[in-house]
Amino acid sequence: MKVLIAVKRVVDANVKVNVLADNSGVDLNNVKMAINPFCEIAVEEAIRLKEKGVATEIVAVCIGPKTGQETLRTALALGADRAILVETDTQVDPLGIAKVLKAVCDKEEPQIVITGKQSIDSDNNQTGQMLAALAGYAQGTFASEITVDGDKLTVVREIDGGLQTVALNLPAVVSTDLRLNEPRYASLPNIMKAKKKPLDVLTPEELGVDVAPRTTTLKVEAPAQRSAGIKVESVDELVDKLKNEARVI
Amino acid sequence: MGILVYVDHDNASVNPATLSTVTAAKEIGGDIDLLVAGSDCGAVAEAAAKIEGVAKVLVADNAVYANQLAENVSLLVADLGKGYTHILGSNTVIAKNFLPRAAALLDVAQISEIIAVDSADTFKRPVYAGNAIATVQSADAIKVITVRGTGFDAASAEGGSASVEAVDAAHDAGVSAFVSEEIVKSERPELTAASVVISGGRGMQNGENFAMLEKVADKLGAAVGASRAAVDAGFVPNDMQVGQTGKIVAPDLYIAVGISGAIQHLAGMKDSKVIVAINKDEEAPIFQIADYGLVADLFEAVPEFESKL
Ligand SMILES: Cc1cc2nc3c(=O)[nH]c(=O)nc-3n(C[C@H](O)[C@H](O)[C@H](O)COP(=O)(O)OP(=O)(O)OC[C@H]3O[C@@H](n4cnc5c(N)ncnc54)[C@H](O)[C@@H]3O)c2cc1C
Ligand SMILES: Nc1ncnc2c1ncn2[C@@H]1O[C@H](COP(=O)(O)O)[C@@H](O)[C@H]1O
Repeated sequence: MKVLIAVKRVVDANVKVNVLADNSGVDLNNVKMAINPFCEIAVEEAIRLKEKGVATEIVAVCIGPKTGQETLRTALALGADRAILVETDTQVDPLGIAKVLKAVCDKEEPQIVITGKQSIDSDNNQTGQMLAALAGYAQGTFASEITVDGDKLTVVREIDGGLQTVALNLPAVVSTDLRLNEPRYASLPNIMKAKKKPLDVLTPEELGVDVAPRTTTLKVEAPAQRSAGIKVESVDELVDKLKNEARVI
Repeated sequence: MGILVYVDHDNASVNPATLSTVTAAKEIGGDIDLLVAGSDCGAVAEAAAKIEGVAKVLVADNAVYANQLAENVSLLVADLGKGYTHILGSNTVIAKNFLPRAAALLDVAQISEIIAVDSADTFKRPVYAGNAIATVQSADAIKVITVRGTGFDAASAEGGSASVEAVDAAHDAGVSAFVSEEIVKSERPELTAASVVISGGRGMQNGENFAMLEKVADKLGAAVGASRAAVDAGFVPNDMQVGQTGKIVAPDLYIAVGISGAIQHLAGMKDSKVIVAINKDEEAPIFQIADYGLVADLFEAVPEFESKL
């Protein structure tokens, strides 16, 4: 079966971003970019499905500006077979991303779509669920284990109180949680090989999708700063401060 | 203007997160209706009707909603939601699962995890792991929103007398089924509702050592949390993870033990009133936000702390 993976390009998880002085956004100049960590987990899971003989082809999709090609090359180096960049300079919101992915699904007809649970930049946690709605697919969000069994997909999900298992009809959307797998690193030969793998470029217009955002970001501000407190010398001092100064115990 | 608030529950009781969501609805302004979707959930509906400030409680009590599967509940919410200007859910896994799906069915955007209401169409929400706060305006006719509990005080669970109305619609998408659930039972308060939280990180070394934190928790009536590293290493279950991609907490007192203070962890706890850090590395970033830092070996400091409470 064909597996589609949605990969987003985001600021590297180790970077602490700064808000621009004019409050129009965060400073992305010379900031290290990377594949969204949850998308990396999606790529890894697709590769494992292929290694198990379940998946036959892995198609990676990224929506965004031209630089998305780099992110797709990363996915190809890790093991995706083919890539599609849906190129746009618009800041597309999750509903628009989901519509683009739906249009790609109509063309590609995958049995499983794997997305991350959340973009670590915009922290939306929406796209996979929205895609599932638009395509009429079942959804297994926040997955920590997936098993394909005939035409059913069993997904163990990380929920607030523990774990939940659901059985889904295929095709289905899976969104990855942190414990689904530990992504591998791309080897140098595979990075070289990835350069020759097919990468198609489309536009939202070619797919017939309107990606005009429904929300406008009016301003972006720095959060209230927390100042460092004091170091206490001993447990006794700590207990005393908590009782008599902070009065929280 | 009418606001529909989805009641988070387990067919037995209302999740306190819903009370914060009701407060957010009040700040938006307008009549507030609640929706309880579940099976044999009469007790939830009864409790929901007592929440202060609510006009009406809609109850969809049907086997198809027993496990609040996203495929089914989203159809119900998209159907009922058409009559409202706002649909609100909490930042719980249940709402995070089905609400974006309902929004897409309505062809509207979702605004995730708001922490403040500026006006009926403008909201504040953290982005980049809380390192920036965005003010976002929605142009959609129906605003679909999840509410971060730490941003709003809880509405009173008593004092209301809303009418209760049954909803017959049984939406079954027929594409998914519940198989099983492993819920971690605990006598302790829920992480997101606790007034004291003590969390352990990689420095705890193993799961058994979390017993030290549990002893402190017993004395303080605290909930026990963890860093991602502690969960990934298998010390404790996933539902204990505090952070950007785990639970967001803001208790009166947060005690971080053997946690370095990565931005993803801070994202989940830096709005706590008082923060204590116990770490043997005086350079650990957690000290930059801690009100009281103790540079010490946790294996000595934690038992001593417990004995002196
Ligand atoms: C996509 C993504 C999402 C993430 N989401 C989250 C999240 O939601 N929550 C989260 O917590 N993390 C999250 N992380 C991980 C985060 O980046 C850090 O890796 C993690 O928080 C580190 O956990 P830690 O502080 O327990 O471990 P470490 O960073 O290894 O720190 C351990 C600390 O323990 C101290 N220590 C060791 N032994 C002792 C001792 N005997 N006595 C006292 N102190 C001791 C050390 O000095 C050190 O400071 C995420 C990362 C990514 C990429
Ligand atoms: N621009 C994008 N291109 C490709 N996939 C995306 C994009 N934005 C979001 N996604 C997918 O949707 C997941 C969740 O993102 P979000 O809903 O923004 O938190 C990501 O982990 C990706 O798998």
